[in-house]
Amino acid sequence: MDNFTVGVVVFPGSNCDRDVSWALEGCLDIRTKYLWHESSDLSDVDAIVLPGGFSYGDYLRCGAIARFSPLINALDEFVKSGKRVLGICNGFQILTESGFLPGALVANKNLNFICDDVELDIVSSKGGWFNNGDEKQTIKLPIAHGEGRYHCDSDTLKRLLDNELITLRYKNNPNGSSFDIAGITNEKGNVLGLMPHPERACDETIGGTDGLYTLKSLILK
Amino acid sequence: MDQFSVKVFVRLRPSVLDPAGEATKSASIKLGAEGIKSLRIGKMIELKIEGNGETEVREKIDLLCDRLFANTVIEDYEYSLEKL
Repeated sequence: MDNFTVGVVVFPGSNCDRDVSWALEGCLDIRTKYLWHESSDLSDVDAIVLPGGFSYGDYLRCGAIARFSPLINALDEFVKSGKRVLGICNGFQILTESGFLPGALVANKNLNFICDDVELDIVSSKGGWFNNGDEKQTIKLPIAHGEGRYHCDSDTLKRLLDNELITLRYKNNPNGSSFDIAGITNEKGNVLGLMPHPERACDETIGGTDGLYTLKSLILK
Repeated sequence: MDQFSVKVFVRLRPSVLDPAGEATKSASIKLGAEGIKSLRIGKMIELKIEGNGETEVREKIDLLCDRLFANTVIEDYEYSLEKL
């Protein structure tokens, strides 16, 4: 993919950084570069993934401490420039804590850590992150989280609906998320946060390839 | 410089379901405690902080609560402050 490089952010406690890098490099031939959370120089990456894991041990709240890292401070300019940012699981939690996306992610309704494959409806192709054809599209992706219940107030939900910012909804809501929400984008569409793990669904030998489209869409301008 | 002892209480907003609180309520009833109408779990953060007077210290605590200790999308906070 020419010199297009995706930065994969590594926080203390990230544990999906290598999976993301492997999926991008090995399955999609997209170059990646690990970015330590204390780096604030984003000049040589063209898109960024905030991977899953337990940044800073999930202390205080999931994503609450990561929000203050130099890299997240530098992300504001990156996002304003229109470059693409994908937050997966803990990355989604960091994006809500830092205000790039509205709402918050709280403990699953049944308190279980849920590790499962789930079916998801693609509701919007805002930002081009999902393949939303003429007919209703459903994909299957793995989830693995204890605090993935999306919560927002009714005004925020209305704004999400009015602007088609909800991209993914659970078919069988596993965690009690408001409006079955599994993934949302910002209004510009260049920031996506989702609880399911597309990087774990990029090869038939590990159960499916429904995550490829979203990772590949990182290279969209 | 004055020194203050601060206790910050962070609670889930009433509109946010607290499954841990519900589970603890259920266990409390199994323990035999009667009459529990509601049970919600929050956090308490204690800190000692220096500053030039109470007004300045309150400004610092407000910033900490609003930006770090609580996520105001889902949580409310209040604090008590005592001069040492």
